[in-house]
Amino acid sequence: MSPRAAWRLESLGFTEVYDYTLGKLDWLAAGLPTEGTNANRPRAGSLARKDVPTCGLDERLVAVRDRAHSRGWDAAVVVNAERVVFGLLRAKELAGDGERLISDAMRPGPSTFRPYVLADEMAHIMVDHNLESSPITTSDGRLVGLMLQKDVDKVETKSA
Amino acid sequence: MPTEIDRDGLRRMVEADAQLVEVLPAEEYAEDHLPGAISLPLRHIDAEASKVLDKTRPVIVYCWDIA
Repeated sequence: MSPRAAWRLESLGFTEVYDYTLGKLDWLAAGLPTEGTNANRPRAGSLARKDVPTCGLDERLVAVRDRAHSRGWDAAVVVNAERVVFGLLRAKELAGDGERLISDAMRPGPSTFRPYVLADEMAHIMVDHNLESSPITTSDGRLVGLMLQKDVDKVETKSA
Repeated sequence: MPTEIDRDGLRRMVEADAQLVEVLPAEEYAEDHLPGAISLPLRHIDAEASKVLDKTRPVIVYCWDIA
């Protein structure tokens, strides 16, 4: 739509026209502020827990489990050096054989959501799909944080 | 020919006094728009562009994404 608008403006005599082709989606996915009726509603990016433990593919499950539990977590996100999400360890996976490598123990390719998704939409998605937690990532797959269903439930309760 | 710009380019242009225009329907603009953007839906450009925009300043348009 914006290319047509840009060309039309030029045809109307505007001489310096630019097209931000990646658009509002790109802006929101970067977690940048907006104006409008949704601007102050909580979104996944602000509610996601940024302190979620992370680990690499080559670690042993026992080490990751100990690290997560010592920080009060029952989950960890598997990332590479660029913080791109490869997998997720929820309570069930963390409880497995401690000698397994994370690459074998993790839940690979978990569904991820963008930071701009509204919290109440996240709540519906997580309940409908029975997700106790979901990684929030940028559009290029980098971890922002882990959204917990109990956190979005609180928001739903407040706004109900 | 319109010039494509990215997010950083947009910020620089807006700081340099470019006009930022969302061309999506007004309802979508009302929910979320970039800071400082004005609403000029595609279908209204012919009738309103010359009234609401300054031809002597750069204009940046955007919609939802590349589609």
